[in-house]
Amino acid sequence: METLWFWLVALSLAAYVVLDGYDIGAGMLHLVIAKNGAERATLIRSIGPVWDGNEVWLLASGGTIFAVFPLLYATAFSGFYLPLMMVLWLLVGRALGIEFRHQSENPMWTSVWDVIFSLSSAALALFYGVALGNVARGVPFDARGVFFEPLWTDFSPARATGILDPYTLLAGATAAAALALHGALWIAFKTEGDLRERARRAARVAGWAALGLTALLTLWTRILQPQLRVRFAEHSWGYLFPLVAIGGLAVAQYFRKRGRDLVAFAGSSAYLMGMMVSVAFSLYPYVLPSSQDPARGLTVWSAAADRSSLGIALGWWLPGMALAIGYIVYIHRTFAGKVPPNGEHY
Amino acid sequence: MDTALGAHRFQFAFTITYHYLFPQLTMGLALLIVILKGLGLRTGSARYDEGARFWSRIFAINFAMGVVTGIPMEFQFGTNWSAFSAFAGGVIGQTLAMEGVFSFFLESAFLGLVLFGEKKLGPKGHFAATVLLFLGTWLSGYFISATNAWMQYPLGHELQGGRFRLVSLGALLGNPWLRWQYPHTMLGSVITAGFVMSSVGAFYLLAKRHEEHGRLFVRLGVSAGLAASLLAAFPTGDSQARNVALHQPVSFAAMEGVFRTEEGADLTLIGQPDVETMKLDNPIEIPSFLSFLTHHRWKAEVRGLEAFPRDRWPQNIPLLYYCYHIMVGLGTVFIAATGLAALLLWRKRLFTSRWMLWILLFLLPFPYIANTAGWMTAELGRQPWLVYNLLRTQEGASAHVSAGNVLFTLLGFMGLYAALSALFVVLVLRKIHKGPETA
Repeated sequence: METLWFWLVALSLAAYVVLDGYDIGAGMLHLVIAKNGAERATLIRSIGPVWDGNEVWLLASGGTIFAVFPLLYATAFSGFYLPLMMVLWLLVGRALGIEFRHQSENPMWTSVWDVIFSLSSAALALFYGVALGNVARGVPFDARGVFFEPLWTDFSPARATGILDPYTLLAGATAAAALALHGALWIAFKTEGDLRERARRAARVAGWAALGLTALLTLWTRILQPQLRVRFAEHSWGYLFPLVAIGGLAVAQYFRKRGRDLVAFAGSSAYLMGMMVSVAFSLYPYVLPSSQDPARGLTVWSAAADRSSLGIALGWWLPGMALAIGYIVYIHRTFAGKVPPNGEHY
Repeated sequence: MDTALGAHRFQFAFTITYHYLFPQLTMGLALLIVILKGLGLRTGSARYDEGARFWSRIFAINFAMGVVTGIPMEFQFGTNWSAFSAFAGGVIGQTLAMEGVFSFFLESAFLGLVLFGEKKLGPKGHFAATVLLFLGTWLSGYFISATNAWMQYPLGHELQGGRFRLVSLGALLGNPWLRWQYPHTMLGSVITAGFVMSSVGAFYLLAKRHEEHGRLFVRLGVSAGLAASLLAAFPTGDSQARNVALHQPVSFAAMEGVFRTEEGADLTLIGQPDVETMKLDNPIEIPSFLSFLTHHRWKAEVRGLEAFPRDRWPQNIPLLYYCYHIMVGLGTVFIAATGLAALLLWRKRLFTSRWMLWILLFLLPFPYIANTAGWMTAELGRQPWLVYNLLRTQEGASAHVSAGNVLFTLLGFMGLYAALSALFVVLVLRKIHKGPETA
């Protein structure tokens, strides 16, 4: 039961990354590839009706972790207190940028919202990568089973680690490149003309950057996290997940070149999905490993709620999520196709 | 405030009070938009659809504010109240996750359709989308009320190895505490929406702009406001007060300012509680009426604070007392004001009675104050418990997050929310200024 929930939560987080990932990525590139007011309005409209629903996956995943792994929720959220609060403020900034951009009549204020939207999207992508890096490396649990990490130390790889240090910043850069690729392919798929061309060029650069950074990150993680080698050595079928990621990246690059935007976008989705599931696979059975004494790490069993709560939650979670997927599909179909160049309504 | 616990409590109180300024309008407004769309479908008059579109734009701004201030609420259970989350996550994590899964997906999907899909969906489809949006917002309120109800009157769980485990989802979602608290809360939300609508309508009539829409907004706002104010007092408010008297008698004594146990207790209308001397100063009272309201007998005994050990008293008795009396007092004012306006409406004199329109205009902030005071009554009354009779508030906080860190983020929230408020006011005023005619 605990293992089943581990995979359900991992999948729902992966779904969050794939869905909100494209609108965060689009936000990062907003200032770079959309050159004038009309193009920026088009870019925002390509995510306008859907970004909010995509972000709900974060809330739903967070709530699910609260219900099924309460100890993980409590330990990780209080241990990462400051960075999480900053993620919250960035989420606020991004939402304001999207929702209030078209409310301002003066172009000067529109450009202020553009910058807020774009910078908070980029910082968010970076922070998500940093967060995943911290989880993958493990955290310094004390004897009471809690931890509290400083935001940064002196950035020397040899010394004590902080939330931000060379390894986690590399993870952040990888996430930023990956989401930039994903967002660029979304824009290419949803728009036409110059904007689409620039999006495809951005996707090319971001794709190669993602490839290089992913390789580097994987090597470094192998050194830092012995658990990773153990898991892949014991279960060689686990190599399937990194293969999906690499294959997805290849598909993204290959079909982008040929102008098949949707297939390329599916490729980058598979890349993100593969990366997330690979991380989950290599961490299992830990949900939050310890960076010092492995015995102090939180596992699926020690972090989970009791069996009765888990069983009850499964009873409503599965139909609820099926319903949610239904809405997502319905709304993406309603707003399918290229964004119409002008006007508020579809 | 100089202790970590004080900072944790103040940050949660501040962020949730600010947050609830927005959902309380959106939940009620969702219902009024459904009514406007329904009237539009039935009569075929374009005015209702214009009105619905106008209020959907106001709704969207409020909804966005509700979302951005709501995300920190979910996070803070883990960041600031980690001990509570670890104890109770198996229970209240369920209702909070259900809110995400069942209502947030619904709301976010259909708000997009309500705002951007009117042409694509056609009149009937668009009406259905507003109904689903309404359903999503009210479901959201239900799951949050259910979470709070468990903290007020815990049911459906077992204590096992120092943690709560859920044994019955039915008991959690069907908590008898919800029977009156949930409709009471939702009616409070309809009051806010009705008063905001009639206030904007009164503004249009007084300023002699968009007068046709102004009359519609005043008519609908006053009707909804009156109906909701009446139902909020009776039966929901009355029954909820008796629920508190039954299950949290010590909070009830503090709310009503009853220090000594009496038979034939008086109902205090105005007075100042003095905890030192254990009496109410300068009271104006209705003799024996509290006993009658609570037990439906004039000579029934009402237990005072003295009947309970001091370590079970709510910590801030004066604030609790004043919040409760502000809520009840304002509720009475609402019934009187909307009742008078409805009478004038029925006599067809409301739209020319400028003095009444001025009153409607300036009633705007008061439902917000009443709703806030109502929630403060519920939450202060729950103290010193986080989960009533099971977990004390100081046992729930994150022990390893220092006061300095919390003060830093609290100040951060205050600054951010101050900026948000300015932005919100500018945007909403601009929408009101533009009026309902523009597409």
